[in-house]
Amino acid sequence: MRELIDALLHSETFFAKLSPTLLTLIFMALGALLIVLVLALNALIAVYAERKVSAWMQERLGPMEVGPRGILQTLADTVKLLVKEDIIPAAADKRLHWLAPFLAFVAPCAAFAALPYARNFVFANFDIGVFYVTAITSLSVIALLLAGWASNNKWALLGGMRAAAQIVSYEIPAGLAILTIVMQVGSLNFNDISLAQDGGIHHWLIWRYFPFNLIAFLVFYLATLAECNRTPFDLPEAESELVAGFHTEYSGFKWSIFMLSEYAEMLLVALVGAALFLGGWSSPIPGFLNTGAWGVLWFGLKGVVLILTHMWLRWTLPRLRVDQLMHLSWKVLTPFSFACIVGVGLWMLA
Amino acid sequence: MTFFDVMFYVLAAMILLSAAIMVFAKNLIYNAVGLLFAFFGVAGLYVMLGADFLAATQLLIYVGGILVLLLFGVMLSQRITGLEMRTGTLQMLPAVIVCAGVVAILLRMIWMSPWQKTEVGEPAATTRTIGTLFMTDYLIPFEIVSVLLLAALVGAAFIGRRDAR
Repeated sequence: MRELIDALLHSETFFAKLSPTLLTLIFMALGALLIVLVLALNALIAVYAERKVSAWMQERLGPMEVGPRGILQTLADTVKLLVKEDIIPAAADKRLHWLAPFLAFVAPCAAFAALPYARNFVFANFDIGVFYVTAITSLSVIALLLAGWASNNKWALLGGMRAAAQIVSYEIPAGLAILTIVMQVGSLNFNDISLAQDGGIHHWLIWRYFPFNLIAFLVFYLATLAECNRTPFDLPEAESELVAGFHTEYSGFKWSIFMLSEYAEMLLVALVGAALFLGGWSSPIPGFLNTGAWGVLWFGLKGVVLILTHMWLRWTLPRLRVDQLMHLSWKVLTPFSFACIVGVGLWMLA
Repeated sequence: MTFFDVMFYVLAAMILLSAAIMVFAKNLIYNAVGLLFAFFGVAGLYVMLGADFLAATQLLIYVGGILVLLLFGVMLSQRITGLEMRTGTLQMLPAVIVCAGVVAILLRMIWMSPWQKTEVGEPAATTRTIGTLFMTDYLIPFEIVSVLLLAALVGAAFIGRRDAR
């Protein structure tokens, strides 16, 4: 984005008359707005897709009434949610009850700034992009804990605590799997990592150092699925035990922000997975539409495929128990990710 | 005043305000939330100093680790076992003496140190340098810390398991 600003400053248009700081600020605001708009659109489409996918898997029709094949259903639901009464329980901590959903949405939003959308296009091209994304998403843990605590409700509190314990545990295998990739590319910059796998499907990092990177990808996929609190890891909002978990006491607009951030997080982990293991913005076919803005298409497509697998798993698998959840994280995924690091390290030395 | 200066004062105000909330709020959860924003402000200052890696580490360790642990502790003891936890003012006189001493030392340090002023340049990549230093000049401290953390991990697992048997 800095290159774009520089180009505008040295161009003949009226942008050149503005001060560089003002122009940077305008671009920052526009970038942030764009991210929020894309995330809102993502939630609209993803909720519809989820309902249709589940219907298809259960041999139902799903939403069919609003618009052709029910395509406007989520739009109608959004309007309903926005005009719904905002209920705050009398005994809740009002300030924290208000703060928690916004904190939950800020975390994935901030992370989207660092993703590589196309060749040489990132909102913020920093050197430590991967590390920044893992660091900033830890904010959502705090948000869920605060939401559970502020609601002053047993189920909400237990759900919040479960969510926090789960996310903190699964951050470790996910981080180690990311480390495997960072180690072989030698950079924490998302664009460098995408560049290292440019030139067709056989250059993708998932195939390199077979089978270590493939295992690292599976570890990363499962761990990030758990971090999104999705089935089979949806214990924090297990409806048969905890009503709705940490958002039991939320309604209307604030509840929809929680939903928005859940779908934003799904998109985020899908895109990070695509950037680290599946070639990022580069085309799967060598030389086919592998230039400039086409990168957005490929990157988005890879993200969508990963999200569809999230949905597929959700409507296929039953939920894990708490002890199975912790067992999977600490005794299965973590050792495997360590094995990947050691394996790739030895291979690189050999 | 440049944009850089404005950002500095915004961050400084944020740190001071949230630190004040952290110190003066009676409710332990509010203390933790104040601490959260203070950590964020400090991370912002690190970014302004060009220490991007340090800023991300600050977020990962303090927000993602220590603060979560702190909130966990408070929630488990307060809402679940019903233990009342509030902060209060105790031992007024010794506290004032200790604080005045610390303030005096800090003020003296601020006045006496020869502050270096440099122009704000393009931030350079720090990660590679930090990594190299950890593996060469600071290898022993790095290893000692990792052994210490491992010991803490084993100890925590041991304490956690003792009740089960």
